[in-house]
Amino acid sequence: MTIRASKLWLRYGLAMAWFFVLLWPLLGIKPEGLEFAVSFAIWIKVAVAAAILLALYQLNKAGAFGFLTRPAAAAGRVAVGAAARVPRWLVLSVVLAAAVSFPFFTERYAHDVAISVLVYIILGLGLNIVVGLAGLLDLGYIAFFGVGAYTYALLSVHFGVSFWLCLPISACFAAVAGCIIGYPTLRMRGDYLAIVTLGFGEIVRIVLNNWMSVTNGPNGILGIKSPGAYWWQGDTLEHIWLNNLEQLYFIILALAVFTVIAVYRLNHSRIGRAFEAVREDQTAAELMGVNTLGIKLLAYALGAVFGGLAGTFFAARMQFVSPESFTFIESAMVLSMVVLGGMGSIPGVILGAVVLIVLPELFRGFQLYRMFVFGGVMAMMMVFRPKGLWPAKRLGQRSEERG
Amino acid sequence: MAGGLRPQKARTPVEFFLQQLVNGVTLGGVYALVALGYTMVYGIIQLINFAHGEIYASGGYMGVILISWLFAHGFPPMVCLGAALILAMGYCALLAMALEKVAYKPLRQSSRLSVLLSALGMSIFLQNGLMLTQGVYDRAYPTEMVQGGFHVHGVIVSYMQCIIVGLTVLLLVLLNLLVYRTRIGKAMRATAQDKTMSALVGINSSRIISVTFAIGAGLAAAAGIMVGLYYGSVRYDMGFVPGIKAFSAAVLGGIGNITGAMLGGLLIGVIEVFAAGYISSEYKDVFAFIILIAVLYFMPTGIMGENVDDTRI
Repeated sequence: MTIRASKLWLRYGLAMAWFFVLLWPLLGIKPEGLEFAVSFAIWIKVAVAAAILLALYQLNKAGAFGFLTRPAAAAGRVAVGAAARVPRWLVLSVVLAAAVSFPFFTERYAHDVAISVLVYIILGLGLNIVVGLAGLLDLGYIAFFGVGAYTYALLSVHFGVSFWLCLPISACFAAVAGCIIGYPTLRMRGDYLAIVTLGFGEIVRIVLNNWMSVTNGPNGILGIKSPGAYWWQGDTLEHIWLNNLEQLYFIILALAVFTVIAVYRLNHSRIGRAFEAVREDQTAAELMGVNTLGIKLLAYALGAVFGGLAGTFFAARMQFVSPESFTFIESAMVLSMVVLGGMGSIPGVILGAVVLIVLPELFRGFQLYRMFVFGGVMAMMMVFRPKGLWPAKRLGQRSEERG
Repeated sequence: MAGGLRPQKARTPVEFFLQQLVNGVTLGGVYALVALGYTMVYGIIQLINFAHGEIYASGGYMGVILISWLFAHGFPPMVCLGAALILAMGYCALLAMALEKVAYKPLRQSSRLSVLLSALGMSIFLQNGLMLTQGVYDRAYPTEMVQGGFHVHGVIVSYMQCIIVGLTVLLLVLLNLLVYRTRIGKAMRATAQDKTMSALVGINSSRIISVTFAIGAGLAAAAGIMVGLYYGSVRYDMGFVPGIKAFSAAVLGGIGNITGAMLGGLLIGVIEVFAAGYISSEYKDVFAFIILIAVLYFMPTGIMGENVDDTRI
């Protein structure tokens, strides 16, 4: 908690009120005349939501929900105690079994949502390596997703290369793109990196949009092949296209599981520790013999690899790519998953992806408000809960924390 | 762009060059105004204020609202422009101060990454707020207000361009007076140089930061209105790309350096217009980014040298 004393709370509340009072007229006046109704309807929702949350928070702090929270906390402790005794492989296998059996109990629409959740989980975990582990803010991450998608699209349409072969090829292309972007930028001061990656993301999009002869510009590329496979048709082994949603769900699930395992192993390896060392204190890390530039470049390339994998799948699933899918808003979306879930935390990022994809689907009527709410939540998270919903466990302590 | 003005005969290469220069200087003045906000804020709290582009867009919207209203009520064009400019600048200054209090001040002690993310969040928040309430379509400025122009040796200079350049110069002179000739300007420079020492000699750094945000936002609002008048319309996402370009300008000039930002803005504007005219207009946005990357790689302190108290890691 950044703000402690209640006086500071009051000041913060006043600043907030001031901010909203100022925003209201801007967003309410139209050139045709005063049109407060629309903006009032929006602001009243924001204000009511904020007021309810604040009231709940204050009541909770004052102990008004003691009758609820105390037994809940006790139950929670029991549950956590019990959960600690359940071996982790059991928990993981239950989760995996649930994920595998998911398509058998649900419909087409749910498959569609689940596929986009899994794509975003891969993207989030990839970005998590760069932002969460190595502490480098990358605002152009979606460019690697685009590189992966276009690599597969072009290879598939022009040369008929199979999806499975393209997975490693796209990953390599994305990694090379990561190195090309990373090499000149990683020597810079940390916050310059943010704006440079933002610029690079835009460059990739502008090039995709204007290089008509190769990418077909804003019209995109049509006719991308689905993943193929050999399967028994009666007695003979025949080549089939895996293009229905259930089959695609299993492919992306496999990719996501691969990503989780890879990122988990990476987290707990020597390289993962080096990432964290660079994040915490670059000078100290360098003193301890970490090749900081090499490590940052590696973080960048590894993040890009997962972006490329997700991009390949995306192209195969949509059977169509266009530059519109790779705008800055998508980068911001992936970043908000990482931030909301907890930087550096694998379950956190998964939770973030699920929340940010499923919630807007549940509240269809609020579709337009999605990015508006994410932006506000992102800023508020940094103030009130900088570690995210499911904070990562830190290895070791800094000397000033040991007190 | 300039309403109703067309070249009378085919242009010679020299005329084309001069025309591009005139257009480039106009655009460059606007970038310089936005870049100043980035550079001043970065100089004082080492933060890339992502929401600055949105403040600029809000200025543009406030301008279109005020000018249309005043113009429809029969005020003379110059009065409309002046009143809208002053009101929008004041409004955006207040908005930026409130923004700083809500999103940046509580994070003074946090890591740089947190503040940067908070700034990014506010930028997305404001941009989408504008989209939700003002609509996703372009809003037209009443450009019929200032029309016409004159020819100088085959180069067309519209009155609008004259107003933009004149106003930019006026604002830059005022800013220089404020920063180098007043007490508050001295306090700002002191805070930018060394926050701890300036606090020890009795400068209220929190107030100085507020003032810095307000000044930067005022300049951005003026830039937003001028761009709206120049291109004839504003859009909710108009702040995003010019924001990056203006930041490139600030870096090109040397971050934290006020003269540098002015020069950098002018250069970026001229380079962009020339690149669009001589190389390719589709890729004009790419050149600013390439300049940014090249400057950071080969000349990280910019052309005028940077002026940043880099004590906070």
